Amino acid sequence: MIVAEPKPIKELLEMVKDFNRILVVGCKGCVTVCNVGGAKEVAILASSIRISRKKMAQEIEVEEHTLERQCDPEYVDELKDMIGDYDAVISIACGVGPQFLSERYPSSRIFPGVNTQFMGGAEEHGIWSERCAGCGTCVVHYFGGLCPIARCSKSLLNGPCGGSANGKCEISKDVECIWDLIVRKMMEQDRLDELIEFKPPKSWITARDGGPRRMIREELVK
Amino acid sequence: MNDFKPQIVAFCCSNCASSAANVAEGMKKALPDNVKIIQIPCTGRVEILHLLKPFEEGADGVYVAGCQEDSCQYVSGIAKATKRVTHVKKILEELSIEPDRIDVFNLSAGKGQEFVEVAYEMVNKVKELGPFLQA
Ligand code: SF4
Ligand code: SF4
Repeated sequence: MIVAEPKPIKELLEMVKDFNRILVVGCKGCVTVCNVGGAKEVAILASSIRISRKKMAQEIEVEEHTLERQCDPEYVDELKDMIGDYDAVISIACGVGPQFLSERYPSSRIFPGVNTQFMGGAEEHGIWSERCAGCGTCVVHYFGGLCPIARCSKSLLNGPCGGSANGKCEISKDVECIWDLIVRKMMEQDRLDELIEFKPPKSWITARDGGPRRMIREELVK
Repeated sequence: MNDFKPQIVAFCCSNCASSAANVAEGMKKALPDNVKIIQIPCTGRVEILHLLKPFEEGADGVYVAGCQEDSCQYVSGIAKATKRVTHVKKILEELSIEPDRIDVFNLSAGKGQEFVEVAYEMVNKVKELGPFLQA
């Protein structure tokens, strides 16, 4: 899933300080699963804004709405009859949400309510970590099923580097050296020799380095 | 010294806080009438939004009264509630509101006296802070 964290409320209050009719829009996708942008969080943010304005004796109307997804035009369309009633919209979906809203409703003022972090998973409830950097050509099978692009601090494809110590990465005692794990895993599977097999350099054209990406699947296009 | 009567909402777990409340009643130790008790099966059910809503409605203070950490019937109810109260304290701080307007108390069943004491403790603390909404 895409993992995000809430923006500090203070920052959000500052962003919308000149607006009195605010719409907070959540998303039932990834951000609901990582407890940052679903209906519950929409209600908490809306309530916090109301409390703050009440405290400052300022008028405010905050409406709450959560879409099935903010990254699909058919759901974004759902806002068409209401969005015009608000002078600011806070999207608490991942970074895709505020952009889809901005594109579909060009005259509305859209603000991002979360900081989108990474593609990852939940280690346990309340703890997430990064797993994929979206390089566009997955190669984890060469590395014992672990991704050195997303999980090695230097994205080395021929690690470990000299900074690896006791299974930890040189950047911090709290960061696992993924190359330590890769080597151990390959040893366990008796495949260590595969790591020294020659492989042509990885092409980064499919990654962000090739420019903004777009995908067309003819079999699905109407 | 100050005749401000704060409005306080208390979320109380029915296992401890409420039996303590009964004891308190039996002992004729009256609760302050400006503390509104909301009885819940377990404090673990109290969510962040529940803790914020009273402020939105103009309450001056909120507290959660539940079991001791090691005697929650549902294992971790009060521990969860404590974390949520801490989180709401952070939210209040960000909203430039005194975080002391919310608190959590660990009580034991049968301790009626304690139940009444925490109610007064909270009332006095919030009284010091003054009204949440300045008239
Ligand atoms: S190799 Fe590329 S696609 Fe596969 S997990 Fe790593 S970053 Fe993601
Ligand atoms: S210590 Fe390990 S994870 Fe850190 S940069 Fe070196 S190889 Fe990568």
